[in-house]
Amino acid sequence: MKSKKFLLPAAVAGVLALSLTACGGGGGGGGTSSGGASGDAANNLDGRGPITYVQGKDNSNVVRPLIEKWNAAHPDEKVTFKEQSDQADQQHDDLVQNFQAKNANYDVMSVDLIWVAEFAAKGWLQPLKDKTAISTDGMLESTVKSATYNNTLYAAPQSSDGGILYYRGDLVPNPPKTWDEMMGMCEIAKQNNIGCYAGQFQKYEGLTVNAAEAINSAGGKIVDDSGKAAVNSAEAKAGLTNLVNAYKDGNIPTEAITFQEEQGRQAFEAGKLLFHRNWPYVYNLAKTDGSSTVKDTFKMAPLPGKDGPGASSLGGHNIAMSVYSKNKATVADFIKFITSEETQRFYATQGSLAPVLTKLYDDQELVTKLPYLPVLKTSIENAVPRPVTPFYPAVTKAVQDNAYAALKGEKTVDSAISDMQAAIESAGAK
Amino acid sequence: MSTELQKPDATAATGHTMPSRESADRKQLTQGRWAYTLLAPSLILLAIVIIYPVLNAIIMSFQKDSGLDPATGFFSEGGPAGFENYTHWLLQQCTAPGGGSLACPPGTLGAQFWDSMGTTFFFTVVTVAFETVLGFWMAVIMARAFRGRSLIRAAVLVPWAIPTAVTAKLWFFIFAFEGIANKLFGTQILWTGSEWPAKWAIIIADVWKTTPFMALLILAGLQLIPDEVYEAAKVDGASTWQRFRLITLPLVKPALMVAILFRVLDALRMYDLPAIMTQGANGTTTLSILVVQQIRQGFNTAAALSTITFLVIFLVAFIFVRFLGANAVDAATSSGKAK
Repeated sequence: MKSKKFLLPAAVAGVLALSLTACGGGGGGGGTSSGGASGDAANNLDGRGPITYVQGKDNSNVVRPLIEKWNAAHPDEKVTFKEQSDQADQQHDDLVQNFQAKNANYDVMSVDLIWVAEFAAKGWLQPLKDKTAISTDGMLESTVKSATYNNTLYAAPQSSDGGILYYRGDLVPNPPKTWDEMMGMCEIAKQNNIGCYAGQFQKYEGLTVNAAEAINSAGGKIVDDSGKAAVNSAEAKAGLTNLVNAYKDGNIPTEAITFQEEQGRQAFEAGKLLFHRNWPYVYNLAKTDGSSTVKDTFKMAPLPGKDGPGASSLGGHNIAMSVYSKNKATVADFIKFITSEETQRFYATQGSLAPVLTKLYDDQELVTKLPYLPVLKTSIENAVPRPVTPFYPAVTKAVQDNAYAALKGEKTVDSAISDMQAAIESAGAK
Repeated sequence: MSTELQKPDATAATGHTMPSRESADRKQLTQGRWAYTLLAPSLILLAIVIIYPVLNAIIMSFQKDSGLDPATGFFSEGGPAGFENYTHWLLQQCTAPGGGSLACPPGTLGAQFWDSMGTTFFFTVVTVAFETVLGFWMAVIMARAFRGRSLIRAAVLVPWAIPTAVTAKLWFFIFAFEGIANKLFGTQILWTGSEWPAKWAIIIADVWKTTPFMALLILAGLQLIPDEVYEAAKVDGASTWQRFRLITLPLVKPALMVAILFRVLDALRMYDLPAIMTQGANGTTTLSILVVQQIRQGFNTAAALSTITFLVIFLVAFIFVRFLGANAVDAATSSGKAK
């Protein structure tokens, strides 16, 4: 009996340890390789042979047809598709683990543009210059910027995305060009007893997107070109104040603080919003959903800014090459294939993915199929990539927490912005 | 248990052969060696699965996270950190831009440590209290003999059988602004958008999900109490309340304490419900959520945090076992005796 009493805490400890292990699973071998980066980056530049392409779940079935096409043309350099889950966080963690293990079988991967700086700074991405250079001619400037870290191109733009202002054409004859103009039109919403404007204001990545748009549209910045915190400015405060005041005045309805993309879309489709900021995917749904009451009445416009179009936050993916790949020449060819006009056209028609090539936005055939392209072009041309920094997870946390507190009136815009600045600085100081 | 089982065997063996003292010792010796050989695989497995990761986490927690080298723009190894990762959490000290340290500004994970510690314990105390009371009540009902009892018992298990992530998504939709909860009560509460409603939403979801677990564990304890005891008490003229207080409660206590212990340990590492329902917004960030968020910002600091979490939970478990008499092994043996 005595010995059992003694053993029990040990047994409990064991069970606890097991659960702890589950939590720390991602932590195995947290070492990074900065010194080795140049070494790995210089190897296998002429290597040719079979490669593996890694991407999140292929929901619209575009990857497999493309790879079949490539394989038919390159029998000795076949591409295998490694499909990840459809959760961005899990895709990120999967890539990190394989980079840490220097897995040579992860040759080329689709990378959410907010991860590019982090992966590049860890020395995991092959700089796309010299032998592995990729031409970015004809690509939208902001997409190229999102693939660039420290003045070096580390990835090629693959698909893009930008914010669009959806509005009720039956109630608003001419879309607002500026934020103030839009706020002026909120009277119309009041008369019709509906909410005026909503974006995504729940505390998650979407709030970073919306807060960054408010700040960038007013002429502010979150981080400067060298990745240093630069949010503590009068312009940034003015931008955030726009959102905070609109929420306080009721121009942004109270429940919008619980909105992600889907809740906002549903509210807009139910006719409860006059203006709604969302991504291009809403277009098809709002046109075809059985429950949509705005099928024939909604229209699209670029996001409103200070004096003209606003600065949308950029979405999308870039395609990058691992420094550990054995067949970098093949990978470079494959990246050229993915960014080619033909593939970009296929992406747009088959997968509704916004192209990265400027000229496709004016292509008549595509515009008939995807009527939002001209508006999206303005949006992406004025877009600002979300903060390009290797500390993105910490930066987005700093933006979300403080913008959320300001929206809810828990702190003033001034202290929210200066806390944001301090939090971003402390993330970079590590 | 095991020693009690072996004793009769051993006496039987000596009774049969009556060997000299020397050979008995020898037999015991070789048997011991044989036993260790048989145990070795599971011990090695435990070492790999439990001891190595825990030690590794502790070692990592004393390393600095890699930092950005401004000259090259690449990350470089952080080197040894001493207790820096621990003071980062416990004292909420962050690195200042110019070196040195300052209090973690709002919007960093470090600034949330004590808040999430408080949140975690708040959730634990409130949910376990509700679950114990409701679970007891459900167990008492289920212990009675009535028509359709097995149907009720199976039905009660449904919430427990649904994976927590699914439960969380379910309640997320129920508590959406346009969701059933608001429609049903005609309210306009921002369930996931303001502090106390968000906390209560999570508590309600957790209680709904885990009360059946509590009820079943308590039911198991109730069924061990022999009917004769109640009959004797009735004959002696004890009231219902007296029977409950003086018979049911003391006799069910071992099972009850084990159930509470399990639930407390479970609740202290709550992750799925707040992660899915609120993403940790509005004062619902638990320690586990903080660990997962930190993993993406730096493994070594996250290792320190998970070690702290481990120690906290271990301490709570220890207090339960040592001072409150929750003892899984004792409960098992007493149940054996009752049979």
